[in-house]
This record gives sequence, C-alpha cells and structure tokens, in this order.
Amino acid sequence: MLYREAGDFKTTYKEDNQTFPIKFDRYRYYFVLIVAFLIIPFWINDYWANAIFLPFLIYSIAAIGLNILVGYCGQVSLGTGGFMAVGAYAMYKLMTAFPDVSVMIHVLLAGVITACVGVLFGLPSLRIKGFYLAVATLAAQFFLVWIFNRVPWFYNYSASGQINAPERTFFGVPVTGANAESWATYLFCLIILTVCGIVARNLTRGSIGRKWMAIRDMDIAAEIIGVNPLSAKLSAFAISSFFIGISGALFFGVYLGAVEVGEAFGINKSFLVLFMIIIGGLGSIFGSFAGAAFLVLLPVLLKNLFVAGLGWQPDLATHLEFMIVGGLIILFLVVEPHGIAQLWRLAKEKLRLWPFPY
Amino acid sequence: MPEQLIFGMEVFLNGLMAGVLYALVALGFVLIYKASGIFNYAQGVMALFSAMTLVGMMNGQVPFSHLINAVFGTDIHHFGWHLPAFIGILLTMAIMVLLAWLVQKIIFKHLVNQEPIILFMATIGLAYFMEGFGDLMWGGEIKKLDVGIPQGINLWIDEATYNIFNYGFFIDNLDIFATIVAAILVLALVAFSQYTKQGRAMRAVADDHQAALSVGVSLNFIWVMVWSLAGFVALVAGIMWGTKSGVQFSLSLIALKALPVLMLGGFTSIPGAIVGGLIIGVGEKMFEFLVGPMIGGATENWFAYVLALLFLVFRPQGLFGEKIIERV
Amino acid sequence: MKFKLLAAAASSIAMATPVLADLVLPWMSYRTGPYAVAGIPLADGYADYLTLLNERDGGIGGVPVRLLECETGYNTEKGVECYESTKAEGSLVYHPLSTGITYQLIPKVTADGIALHSMGYGRTSAANGKIFSNIFNYPANYWTAASAGVNYLLNENSGSLDGKHIALLYHNSAYGKEPIRTLEELSKKHNFELTLIPVDHPGQEQKSQWLQIRRERPDYVIMWGFGVMNQVAIQEAANVRFPMENFIGNWWAGAEHDVIPAGDVADGYKSLVMNDTGSDFDIYADIQKYVVDAGKAAGAGDNLGTVMYNRSLYMAFLTHMAIVKAQEISGTADISQADMIKGMEALDITDALMAEHGLANVGPAFSVSCENHGGPGLGAVSQWDASAGKWKLVSGYLEADMDLINPLIQADSQAFAKENNIAERCN
Repeated sequence: MLYREAGDFKTTYKEDNQTFPIKFDRYRYYFVLIVAFLIIPFWINDYWANAIFLPFLIYSIAAIGLNILVGYCGQVSLGTGGFMAVGAYAMYKLMTAFPDVSVMIHVLLAGVITACVGVLFGLPSLRIKGFYLAVATLAAQFFLVWIFNRVPWFYNYSASGQINAPERTFFGVPVTGANAESWATYLFCLIILTVCGIVARNLTRGSIGRKWMAIRDMDIAAEIIGVNPLSAKLSAFAISSFFIGISGALFFGVYLGAVEVGEAFGINKSFLVLFMIIIGGLGSIFGSFAGAAFLVLLPVLLKNLFVAGLGWQPDLATHLEFMIVGGLIILFLVVEPHGIAQLWRLAKEKLRLWPFPY
Repeated sequence: MPEQLIFGMEVFLNGLMAGVLYALVALGFVLIYKASGIFNYAQGVMALFSAMTLVGMMNGQVPFSHLINAVFGTDIHHFGWHLPAFIGILLTMAIMVLLAWLVQKIIFKHLVNQEPIILFMATIGLAYFMEGFGDLMWGGEIKKLDVGIPQGINLWIDEATYNIFNYGFFIDNLDIFATIVAAILVLALVAFSQYTKQGRAMRAVADDHQAALSVGVSLNFIWVMVWSLAGFVALVAGIMWGTKSGVQFSLSLIALKALPVLMLGGFTSIPGAIVGGLIIGVGEKMFEFLVGPMIGGATENWFAYVLALLFLVFRPQGLFGEKIIERV
Repeated sequence: MKFKLLAAAASSIAMATPVLADLVLPWMSYRTGPYAVAGIPLADGYADYLTLLNERDGGIGGVPVRLLECETGYNTEKGVECYESTKAEGSLVYHPLSTGITYQLIPKVTADGIALHSMGYGRTSAANGKIFSNIFNYPANYWTAASAGVNYLLNENSGSLDGKHIALLYHNSAYGKEPIRTLEELSKKHNFELTLIPVDHPGQEQKSQWLQIRRERPDYVIMWGFGVMNQVAIQEAANVRFPMENFIGNWWAGAEHDVIPAGDVADGYKSLVMNDTGSDFDIYADIQKYVVDAGKAAGAGDNLGTVMYNRSLYMAFLTHMAIVKAQEISGTADISQADMIKGMEALDITDALMAEHGLANVGPAFSVSCENHGGPGLGAVSQWDASAGKWKLVSGYLEADMDLINPLIQADSQAFAKENNIAERCN
C-alpha cells in the first residue's frame, strides 16, 4: 500500500533507467538527503561529529570502495589499511607542499595517487585467486606501512614520524585542523560521501559493474564471452583504491588530525572495513552504509550502555564489548549470511506487497 | 672461513628454527581448512586462550574472578593450589575439546554450505568473542608460563661450533625443543590421517562432503575432531610462544606470522606447512641479515609476505596445495 | 537503537551541567589491549591517589575530585572519542598516556583551552611553552632521557665514550624513533658509534636483532621499547649472554612486568627513571588505611609499590600540586580550565613539598615557567635486583645536555608553529 508501484508509469527511457524507479524509494532518498544536509548540521556538536558521524561517513566511503573490489568483483583484499595510509600520506604531502590549493583538490588527488598504487598491488590478482589473493594483499598492507615508517620524506623529516594535518579552509570555512567546527567537517565529508555514493552506484549499475560481477561469478566464462579480465580486475582495484584513498585522506585530515601509520592503518583497519562490508552485505552500496553504521555505532552504544548507563568498570565493559561484537557478528551470519542489505531487500519485497502476503 | 659466511650459517640455522615455530601455528589452520574449507582466523586467539587456560589451571586462578568481584563485591583471586604441568595440559585439552564441540554446535552447524568468505567472517566473530571471553575469564595481565621447557643458549652447540669455526653459534634450547615437538606432531598427524580410520574419514570429508556423508561418515563428529586437533596444535603453539615471551594479548598476533607460511605451502597440506615454514623462516632471516642493514631494518614483517607472493605467482595454489580445478 | 543512544546522549548532556562543584580529572586508561600490562598499574595509581584525596582530605581545597576513567586500549580513535565525551564535563587536565593520542590531542586541547600533561612522553618539543601554550611535559622528556642516559655512560667511562659502540634497540613507531636525532647528535659530539636496530610491533620476535647484537658486540644497548617487546628483549639478551648491566631501557622499559618473566637472568638490568619507586614512601601508610583497607582500591591491590603505580602516583601528585597552585592564584577552590593552565605554569615543586605529601624524594625539585613547560629534564638510572625483587637507584638525577637539546627543541617547535601559524607567547 505504501510502496505502491501501480499507476507509476514511465514515459521516457531516462525515467525507466533511473536508480530508484519506485516513487517511495525516491522520496525516501530525498528525505534522507534533506535530513543529512539541512537538519543535522544545525544540531550536531563536537561529540556527535567526532565519535559518530565522521567515522561513519569516512568508513562508508572506504566500505563502498572495498565493496566494489570484494563484493562486485570478487577479489578479496586485505590491503585496505595500507591504501588508506597512501591516501593519508598523499594528502599530507600535498597539503604541506601546496598550501594554497583547495583542500578538495588535495582529497581527490590523494584518491588518484592511491588508485595508481592500487593498480600496482592489484597485479597479483591476475594470477592468484580466493584466499591466496587475500593473504597476498597483506603483503601490500605490511609493505606500505613499513615504507611510510622508513622513508623520512613521507613525514617531512620530523623527529617522531607522526604527521599532522595543518589547517585548511574550504570556501573560507576551516575543515581541517583543530579550529574546524563540527558542522563544517561533517558537511565536507558528507558532500564527498554523497558524490562517491552516486558515482559508485552508477558505476556498478553500468557496463563496468556488470563486467566486475561477471568476473566475480565465473571468471573463465566471463573471459569467454569477451570480458577482458585484465581491464576488469585492474579497474576494480583502481576505482576501489580511489575511494579508499579518499577515505584515508579524510580520516587523517578531517577526523583524526594526526596519525601514526603503524597504529592507525595497521591490519586491524583492513579487517574492520572487511567486516563492515560482510555484515552490511557484499555487492551492495546500501550494504556498505549499513555495515559502517553497525560497526561504528555498536562499540559507542555498548560503551555508553555499560560505562555511563550501568556504571561498570571500563575494562570489564571493553571485554564484554568484544564478546558482544563477536557474538553479534556470528549471530548475524547464522541468521542472515548475506548481510543487512539482504534483510533490507527482503523488507522491501514484503513492503511492495503489503498488506497482501503475496 | 670468512666471517660473513659463518654469521650467515648461524642466521640460516636460526631461520630454520623460527620457521618451525611458524609452521606449528600454521598446522592448526591447515587442519581446519582441509576438513571443512574454513579459514580459521581464530587460530591465533585459540593459541592465546589455551595458553591462558593452562597458566590459569596451573596457578589455581579462579576463572572470571574480576567479574565475580565486581558483581558480588568479593575479593577472591586464587584457589590456592598449584597443578603440575602435565595435569594442566590434560585439563586444558579437555576444555579445548569442549570448545570445539560448542563451536561446531553453535556456529558451524548452521553455516554448512555457505560461501568461504562467510565462514571466514564467522571465525573472525569467534576470534573477537574468544578474545573478550579469555580476558574476562583469566584477566589481561601478563602471565609467566613454565612447563619445564629448557631455555637459553645451547652450550653444546656453542662449544662445538666455537671449536670448528672459532665463533660459537647461538641456538636456543627452546627452539631445538620446539623443532623436536613439531616433528613428532607432524609425523603423528600424517600417520593419523593416513593409517587410522578416523584419519581417512577426515580426508574423505576434506575431499567431498556429500560423498563422505553417503558412505556413512558423520560430518559433525569429524568436524568436532578436527577442531579439537586444531585446538591441541594451538595449545602446543601457545606453550612454545608463551614460554618465549609470556602469555598476553600479543600472542594472538602470531597468526599473522603463519599466514605467509600457509600461502607458500598451500592451505591444504600438512607437509606443506612445514616446508613453507622453513622457507619463510630462512628467507625472512637471511633477507634481514643481508639486505636489512641497507634499507633500514625491520623488514621481517613484510618480506615474508612478499616472498610467499613471489612463489604464488609461479604456483597459484602454493607449493603443495591442491590445484584449483575450475569448471565453467 | 538510535533512540537509546539519543536518550543516553541527552542524559549525559543533562549531567554535564554540574550540580555540585567538583574538580573533574579524566584518565585515558588502557586496561585492555596490547599494553594492558602497563596500563593497569598506571590507572590504579592515579585512581588510588585521587580516592585518597577525597577520603582523607575531602578533596582539594574542600572541593571533591571526580575521576572520569575512559578506556582507550591505546587506540587513537577511542582516544578521540574519550576526549570528546569528557571535555564537556569541565575536565581540567588530560593525561593521554600514549604518544599517538597526545599528538592527536595537541591541536584539539589548544583550541578548546584545556591543559594536557604528557609526563615524560608525547611530543618532546612541547617543552617550549612559547609555542605550545597548553601542553606540558615536565619533569623530563625523551630527548633529555637519551642525553641523561649518555651522561650516565660518560660517568661510567670516566668522561669519555670515544670509540665506544652503543646500539639503540627501538620500537619501530613514533615513540621508538624519538631519541634517534638526539643520539645521533650526541654520537657526533662524543665520538661513539651508534647503531640503530628497529623492532617491529609488537616485538614478539627479536631473534634477528639479538643475533646482530651478538655479532657486533656493542658496549651498551639502550632500549626504547614498550609492552611485550621489553620482556622478549630482556629474555633474548639473557639468552645471547649480553651483560645485563650494560643494557639500559628507558622509563617505559623498566617495570616489574618487564623483568619478572625472565626470572633471575634479568638481574642487573638497568632502566632510566624520572621518579623513584618502591613502597617506602610515607603516603603508602595513608593509601593502605584510607583506600585499600576501606575497599576502595582501583584494582586488585597487587600493584602497590610497582614502578608504573608509583609513576602515576607521581603524575597525580603533580596534578594535585598544580590544582592547589591554581586555587591559590585564582582565589577560588572551584577552578576553571584556564586557571589550571596558570597553575601548571606557576608550579614549583620543592623537596619540602614532596615530603609534606608523603612522597619524599620521589623526584627532583623543579619549577615550571611560561617558556619552559618541560621542567629540568633530569633522569636517573635504577637497577633491578632479581633476588630482592626490587629496583634500586644507582645514580643521582643526571642533567641532560641542554646545549645540544635546546636547539633541537627550538627547531621542531618552530616547524610546528610555521605549519600551524602560531605566534610566540610569553613575551
């Protein structure tokens, strides 16, 4: 009844091909955009921005990137942390070398640089498949972390090796550095995420997305019908790394402000983003958002519940948090192995027929 | 003999020993992957958990003492007894079997026939859970593990090589002990899988679940058995590494050292784990010795992976792994 | 799910408006994670001292102290979350206890006007109070530690290290790399050979590094490690039979949990310290009476008297003195965050003051000023006695080579000022 398709006729090819053909979907999308752009910035404060929204936005971009590689193209990659580091260091070098160029250009360039690095480390995928590839991408992860630690040029020869984001403005409003207001950082990341989301959605709907999915499902058959595995796999690595690089640049520049490569971009980061896409749903843009939300909100919620709410000691709370996160992951997988996106799809299916059962 | 060559030999021997320790961890992965196609990310955490349980048993710690004290306001920490190592190991083994049974019943029974990446994810969830559970049960402080394994430089080798080369080689007693234990373990596992009924059943399950079912092999039983074996291997690995550096959180990170071994040797081969371990151990140490000083050191972390990657380019399923036959 | 979060957030915002005046002191602990073994006694010491103040004295100047413990697990993102969630409560001073989190927070606390005390860790150049208005790292920092260590070795070698070989075994992270520049300068000045040996996190495997040390036979090994790296290093040093008295760790590599796992072979290992340790201080009688026996101890009570516990008692003591000074200057007991900074800048720790509060001779006497947020930069050396199970000081408080270090501090802080457009103050 709500999700009505009856009476919704398309009269042009453009209307027929749009991302959200059902009116309800379109209006829902606009509503979310209005709330995100026009309502939240007035209400947001430092804690909400720094603890909840910024990590969610930034990890969503990384999750979209990794989902393109793992979910759509089927190449399991554990090098996400290393690529985020490339994005962060590229952003740092650009920001310090060209202080007058707009920070948005820096973020995009950081993504491009990461895409080039991603293509390089994606070359083994032409030969290696499955979990072997996953462990091979760990080579990229560890090597990149080592190189950023070792070569002083990357951290501008500072004594400790940490990099700090200097203050930069976007249309006159500071978005990096300590004086950046929460609404400014939030909007900056939100704009980038929206653009990334639209680009990713359209890429995966288009012919290149279909090539990726063909490679994922059965790559020998795909090759037979004319999909070039080299260009498909490397383009997946390139575009995925572009998104991951952008998220790394934002992670460093806007969210944390100072990073140390071993701790911030270690293997834990790679596994975290992988969890997000698996729990969210592989091969689904919505799933990337859902997974990122789940894994960003859950620890904060648990911490607030246990420490602030029940007054337990922080270390007991942390141990329980680990157990609950692990338990929920397992529960989720047992109940719905295809992730939150699958639950969403099922819900939409039911809603299309509601109140009729079938 | 030129000094560098002698040093090189010492590094080579130490590399072999290090490789054995890695292979010990990799064995657990191989066992589980062979029988059920699951890449068990939780193997490292299982090693940590089993080591913590062993220490807890031996020292007579009260499990969950922190939680009990917080909830009930009591102040109990120890039972007061001290168990000898042998009994501690038996009790810990019993707990690992129980854990295997629970894992199979609660998690993997419901995930039969899912894609490998879902199963992998489930083991990650298991790893998180066991990490928190282990800390909650036994506490996060560092514990000293002493089951009587000799440590320190092996004086006999030191003297013998001093007499030959005028430079005493440093080989740790613990490493020699670990090598012997690993050799026995591998021989036992290979003998088990080749010559016993259950071992053959395990290989049948590894080959084809449906076919194994149709000849009457109980999948559940085999999987519980395999997880228990992996638990035992994890315990041995945990004892070796825990004796070296104390039982604490970082122990779970040794799984990362085992992954290149798996890549190189193949996920499905027990001898492959050993050979892979030796190659990785030697390769990593020799690279650090020869090239490390020129590029700043600390190359061990990534070189193992790069080495395995190079092997994989020529043999994508690892040296001894099953060739992946793809059909369209 | 979101509703609960909203409710929790709303209630915490409501709670942020203080009904009763109290002095809020946040503590970023790591009772879990890879460094929990050090984090637990550190957290216990600070908490016990503040409990003592509340129980025995009714707070500071009559105002009770409120401790907000927030678990970071040494993770930078959790550190940010902890900071954001506690700053609204009126936190007076932050002890991030992690170099990574410190670097993170430096611009944030400056923008928010809150003090940050990174005692003996963090960004060394923050000692320059002209640039870093809110950051303090008294009484010593990593560069002065390295220099004090070298001065100790100079004393041991009758004033000359000419031709000697010193190896630095360091954790391959920002923390471990801190002393490198200072040691390189010192090696040029005193003509000793310096070998840098990195150990990758977590440092569980150090066979290659110690084989290298065994081959090259340096005269001394200085260690900049933390966590499991320390235990493994000491065990490996014993295995390769490196003389323990020539092995000196810095102040985060010299605690009981680092040496006890190796057992008797660790006897003679040395460590740099910025404060004394042990259970001989008079304050322990009070802690026993008002905190432990009253059942209010923060942990299991088994950390009393250990190195890390004493270090955070010292941190708490310095915070306590800064608050007293701030109350003096502002004239009110319920001080603000700006008052706290003034109090820390006017801090003057004398021997009498330390004795008065039951911590006689815990550290050197020193004072802080507007230009110098780093204190005197003194370090001593203590040695582990395995049979007695105690650390003993084997040197007095040695000065660092400030002629060499001051230009380095200036250069680093000026670079930071340039990157961030900070004007000099205290003029």
